[in-house]
Amino acid sequence: MSYVAIKGGGRAIAAAAAVTEFLRAEEGLLNTQVEPLAIAAIQHQLRHLVDRVISEGGVYHPEFASLAIKQSLGDTLEAAFALRAWRSTRPRLSATPALDTSRMRLIRRISSAFKEIPGGQMLGPTPDYALRLLRLELIDESPEAFRSLARDWMANCPESALPESFPKVVDALRAEGSLPPVMPSRIETAFDITREPLVFPVPRSAALATMARAETGSLLAMAYSNMRGYGDVHPTIAELRVGYLPVLLPHPVTGELTEAGEVLITECEVVAMYDAPEAGGKPVFTIGYGACFGHNEVKAISMAILDRALQKGMKDGADNPSEDPEFVLLHVDGVDSMGFASHYKMPHYVTFQSDLDRLRTTQQKSGARA
Amino acid sequence: MNATAKTTGGNAYNFGFLDEYAKKEVRRAILKAIAIPGYQVPYASREMPMGRGFGTGGLQLTLSLIGPDEIVKVIDQGSDDSVNAVNLRQFIEMTCPGISTTTKTAESTLIQSRHRIPEQPLTAQQIIVLQVPYPDPLVVVEPSEDKRKVMHGEADYSRLLVKLYEDIVKFDEITISHRYPTRINGHYVIDPSPIPRWDVPKLNQSAALILFGAGREKKIYAVPPYTRAEPLAFSDVPFRVEDFRDPAGQRRACNRCGCTSSFLDEFVSDSGSKSYQCSDSDWCDEQLLALPAHEEKTA
Repeated sequence: MSYVAIKGGGRAIAAAAAVTEFLRAEEGLLNTQVEPLAIAAIQHQLRHLVDRVISEGGVYHPEFASLAIKQSLGDTLEAAFALRAWRSTRPRLSATPALDTSRMRLIRRISSAFKEIPGGQMLGPTPDYALRLLRLELIDESPEAFRSLARDWMANCPESALPESFPKVVDALRAEGSLPPVMPSRIETAFDITREPLVFPVPRSAALATMARAETGSLLAMAYSNMRGYGDVHPTIAELRVGYLPVLLPHPVTGELTEAGEVLITECEVVAMYDAPEAGGKPVFTIGYGACFGHNEVKAISMAILDRALQKGMKDGADNPSEDPEFVLLHVDGVDSMGFASHYKMPHYVTFQSDLDRLRTTQQKSGARA
Repeated sequence: MNATAKTTGGNAYNFGFLDEYAKKEVRRAILKAIAIPGYQVPYASREMPMGRGFGTGGLQLTLSLIGPDEIVKVIDQGSDDSVNAVNLRQFIEMTCPGISTTTKTAESTLIQSRHRIPEQPLTAQQIIVLQVPYPDPLVVVEPSEDKRKVMHGEADYSRLLVKLYEDIVKFDEITISHRYPTRINGHYVIDPSPIPRWDVPKLNQSAALILFGAGREKKIYAVPPYTRAEPLAFSDVPFRVEDFRDPAGQRRACNRCGCTSSFLDEFVSDSGSKSYQCSDSDWCDEQLLALPAHEEKTA
């Protein structure tokens, strides 16, 4: 018999897990000295992969993110999913106030809006200007050379201490009146997307939180559609910064804000062409904001562009998909979209039987009429 | 660079996997759903460790309702042994130590199902949880959730009825096969999940509480016990379930148990001939036991 309702499902699932685990360890057949991938190696040597997973998983836990990458054989969607599923079982114990990103310990910071910025441009670690040529020498990298790399770099590092904080470029623009002032009344308690469903229209903080843990590729595709012509953002990057942000939490006993640690984040502010002024006001630039866990510049830039596009859509109505909050926010989550795409692999024979019934009946009727 | 949130052993999950706050939230949403029959209650669906679309909404309902004395049955396409049913059942067993599971509809207190409602009528002591991919029947005529919410509030289902009417004009037949829009208690129209039309009449005046969970779409809704459930239709074009008669007009029977009153799965052999078997595996087993000589007809 051909397609029989799947029987022995339990055995099949166990066998599928076993053969996947075999693939993870297959190298052992070729090399008896093989070592399993160390969590620390993933965390440090595949750091951008870890950055993606902590950001899309929605929890800052580089160690568990590395574990998720290991057990999913490097599948980012699966790894973010496993981390998110772990995160979803944790109760919410506390909330931080809005954190001041001017206090970030920066590793990189640029502005494309100005040649010079207060505090200076700082290129930091980036592949932006590197030639994407395969570095064949890394195929057979010697452990000794590898170990001395970081030590040599540290030894040659100039002593000059960096300032504690850098001023924000947008603050300067705001001070000269090119940007709208921050409205104190608009500072609201942030919407927690892990505890409240999105019921449209949603506040901007809900949109930002949704995008902050969105799947990088999905966010990029939507932002790209806006940049290419299905939209009108034409952004300029006022500032892009990457660094460690001190996290302040209320002390459990005294309630006093206490530094609990720091998280690596990427933050981007884009400035876009100005709007027609409100009645009686002066025209000002508009701003889009993006931020995410880890070092992921494409994600932060995409988010900033979409934030600006969504603000426009909410104000004047959406002319393009990337300006429609429902279209953007309900389709960028990797856990949701990959799960639903995968579910089509499950059996659907009852509904298909029902489809066949309708097709055969309508075929019969159209045959009868002809 | 770390904000290490060390877990105890990394694997110490709460009974029912979800933390108690999450369960409480789901239960509140259930109560609201029962109070407003057919209304889609938004809730903050948690990520579960299986794919969105694999029954995470149903699972959150099950895990929030489950108690230590529960007897749980999990089916997919009517079968207890389908891979997804097995997977969900194993997960429930793993995270809810002490509960029991069964394949027998009559024995169960809580049934989680995908795409079917059991043939055996359910009782007032039972709850059935259906897994839902698309909670809103209006999605076929209106993509915006914001607008759909207003349409539901005003019980404005005119565009849905126009869609049914257009079907009749084009095909002389309503072409909706499963997920048949059904009006609950005279107001809200629901998507009853991808159950075949065969199962829709079971929603009407059901003794058991019927809950619907859409995890990815973050909605919970209910058909409370003894509530009207009417599939949308016209007075001159009545609602019809799947037709299992052969070309001679004879009702097809299950190959295995001989039942002529159940929803049938169709099997095509390598030679191209078709045969039929009950989709509800427990029902099929029960019918077989009721046969005089317990003789199994071979497929």
